[in-house]
Amino acid sequence: MNTKWIVPLEAAGPRDRPRIGGKGYALYRLLSGGFRVPEAVCVTTALYRAYLRRTGIGERILMELNRKQFKDLRWEEIWDSALRIRSLFLRKELPQALEGPVKKALHARFGDSPVAVRSSAPEEDAAAVSFAGLHESFLNVCGAEAIIDSIRKVWASLWSDAALLYRQELKLGVDKSAMAVLVQQLVTGRASGVAFSHNPVNPAQGVVEAVHGLNQGLVDGAVAPDRWLIDRQRRRIVGHTAAERRQWAVADPSGVRLEALPSALQSKTPLDDAEVRQVFDLALAAQDHFGSPQDVEWTFAERKLHLLQSRPITSGREAAEGDQRGWYLSLKRSFENLKELRDRIENELIPAMLAAADELVALDPGRLDDAALAAEIRRRSEINSHWVSVYWAEFIPYAHGVRLFGQVYNDSVHPEDPYEFLTLLGQTPMAGLERNRLIDEMAALVRATPGMAAALQAGEPPAAPLAAKLAAFIDRFGDLSCPASGARHCTERPETLINVILQLAAHPPSHPQAAPGARAEDLKVAFLARFSGAERRRAEEMLDLARSSYQLRDDDNIHLGRIEARLTAALQEARRRLAPRIPDDAAEIDPSELLLALENPAHQLRAQPLAAKATAPAPVRTLRARQLVGQPAGPGIARGPARVILTPADLAAFEAGEILVCDAVDPNMTFFAPLSAGVVERRGGMLIHGAIIAREYGLPCVTGVPDATGLIETGDDLTVDGFLGIVTVATGRL
Amino acid sequence: MSPDDGWDSPSATPATLRKSGTHASSQIRALLKTLFDEQRLAVLATHQDGQPYATLVAFGADEDLATLYFATPRATRKFANLSADPRVALLVNNSANQPEDIHRAMAATATGRAVELEGPKRAAYQARYIARHPHLEEFVRSPSCALIAVAVKRYVLVRRFQTVLELRISP
Repeated sequence: MNTKWIVPLEAAGPRDRPRIGGKGYALYRLLSGGFRVPEAVCVTTALYRAYLRRTGIGERILMELNRKQFKDLRWEEIWDSALRIRSLFLRKELPQALEGPVKKALHARFGDSPVAVRSSAPEEDAAAVSFAGLHESFLNVCGAEAIIDSIRKVWASLWSDAALLYRQELKLGVDKSAMAVLVQQLVTGRASGVAFSHNPVNPAQGVVEAVHGLNQGLVDGAVAPDRWLIDRQRRRIVGHTAAERRQWAVADPSGVRLEALPSALQSKTPLDDAEVRQVFDLALAAQDHFGSPQDVEWTFAERKLHLLQSRPITSGREAAEGDQRGWYLSLKRSFENLKELRDRIENELIPAMLAAADELVALDPGRLDDAALAAEIRRRSEINSHWVSVYWAEFIPYAHGVRLFGQVYNDSVHPEDPYEFLTLLGQTPMAGLERNRLIDEMAALVRATPGMAAALQAGEPPAAPLAAKLAAFIDRFGDLSCPASGARHCTERPETLINVILQLAAHPPSHPQAAPGARAEDLKVAFLARFSGAERRRAEEMLDLARSSYQLRDDDNIHLGRIEARLTAALQEARRRLAPRIPDDAAEIDPSELLLALENPAHQLRAQPLAAKATAPAPVRTLRARQLVGQPAGPGIARGPARVILTPADLAAFEAGEILVCDAVDPNMTFFAPLSAGVVERRGGMLIHGAIIAREYGLPCVTGVPDATGLIETGDDLTVDGFLGIVTVATGRL
Repeated sequence: MSPDDGWDSPSATPATLRKSGTHASSQIRALLKTLFDEQRLAVLATHQDGQPYATLVAFGADEDLATLYFATPRATRKFANLSADPRVALLVNNSANQPEDIHRAMAATATGRAVELEGPKRAAYQARYIARHPHLEEFVRSPSCALIAVAVKRYVLVRRFQTVLELRISP
């Protein structure tokens, strides 16, 4: 059965490393050295290459990765690229000529007994080893067909978001990279773990870590292990740190699941001292065999110690300054972690945030004396900073719930559109939509009241019934004049809000399409039908979590916007009071200046003078973008004049039917969605606010357009193709 | 194909451009010049009473990109077509007729007006034409062969499958 495609471990030879990969090769060497390793075969890199060539996926990956310069991609876009590449592997089966012999060989070797399917990249012991968990593994896979499905997913993980982030270190390239796959008999141990022949932080010691059950939980970081330190010289245990043993990883039809640890095991260490020494000896033997300190994975099954994997110990990677990649990858959370996060967000953080906003609304800064107002501004600024940091630490990571669901959905449904899962998540009651509904109400009032629109246009203050609604709205959501996070300056009159009301009064839009609701239900039924029993319950839970995560993606910013609006209100009160002391040509005043002036009547206010209006004629645009490429983020096609938003004030001129072009759709801009014909955004990603709102309103949307606001000018005649993700500018006659 | 399969190649993209930025437009000009130096053939588009007609021509380009030139016998359809309507387009590209062209290849379309060169101008361009296409010396020297200059109005440059920039050469 030693073929071009499949090499059994026992039939491998010293020259097979490039075709069976690092992990396979290490196991071949261990087997030759007499170690007890699970029975295994290696699926060669030749099969990966043949599959890529025959299915055309190789070129598809190149097209995906060359859409834009890679350095212009945000992590979210890289994640999106990885999702689309993975979808190619999921949907393209092995061509018949390849599948036949591979299936036969796998069936002959493993029948229906459970196996582990693991990545074995040829580069693995070099660079990739320092990025543990870069590629995927699947446990408890049964039958040749399921094994081949898992092999395709392992192949896809050569192009995971993490791999793409570290592409330079990994020397990742379509022409030069390939993936071998190890198919290994699953050894279901009663206790498992890892061991280091050499403690990376103390060379005189070795380390053994162990958990009850499978070691998947430990490797993922989901289950904390018991930890022993061993004196290398005397082979003596010199330290033991017991874990809080609450969960263990057990095999289930979907692979591996975390379960509560039976109480009898909770009080029991996974290994006794003799076993700890036995594991440590195994690590030492592996070190002797390879001639360098080793990091081994092992399991005890039927009283026998099995060696699952051995690789050289590498020192932890020190992230260079400014290297954000570790943070991005930390955003990928496990389902269990996301469930805890959800509980905290829904039951503690959001209620606390709403209470904070309510408390601030109740306190009118107009009633405070100057000193108290200064103190109040400081207090609001602190409250605001606190919630901004909560936003980054808790809310942003929670967004991964959507991505995790997307992967589960695609893995089980294999949809043609890798973003079909978003359809299941829409139609959730989002605060942003509620806000838009209130704006609609005010627009309807203006439409129904003769003369009101004209009065507002003339700059008159809003009449009584509208004024009351406006005040209530501003209390709840702010006046929409400043971006939700990181605002430094906002306009002082709700011109933007009045503009949007006037626009809506003149052009009542046809509102969110109701159609997706029924479709979402169909998709949900089809998705859940792929699972049964406990797996189905887990799939339901995952969908529920994803919906909550999707909803929070918009709501958190609205809540944050409310708190920020209260800080702005206090600052505006300060500006109003200090108006006589502010120079006429002042454009921007730093809040710290306002505080100084409030506290000290003698303080001379310093302000940035207004920038002189540029009057030079616009230069002839010799170089123009004719067509720009981004990501299709909302299906549909639209044509209209561009409205480029560089500052929040630009929104005040927004007219119905225009195409919103911006760096990033701020959640406080989303109320323009019903008025716009389409959305173009520099910031990329399928799951960003702009894309979510555009989908909600059925607007064509393209995100991730490099330098959109620099290359497109207000008034340019744009066509937004939300199917292909391209934006075309009418540049006139040839 | 570049050694690193083009992925991450440092060539100019819209991200590095700023409107009215001469720097960016000089990058695009450099890119076009390299393309024209490397390529020997262009596709010429003319029309006969509205019926489009495409042909291959051996071409050359001026340093300043304002003129593209090629030779054609006067009895050809293309010559008749461009004599009747001087509005033409030329396409130059570096595709290799392989699947990877889609992400790797670059194509430039020039639009402008064709005029037959005469007198000293013809002599000057003919010398340059022969320097660039020495094997076509007899062809271009033939009394029946016209040397055509196209005064370019626009270049439309396509890269990365669908990224398109437009460079304005004359109004």
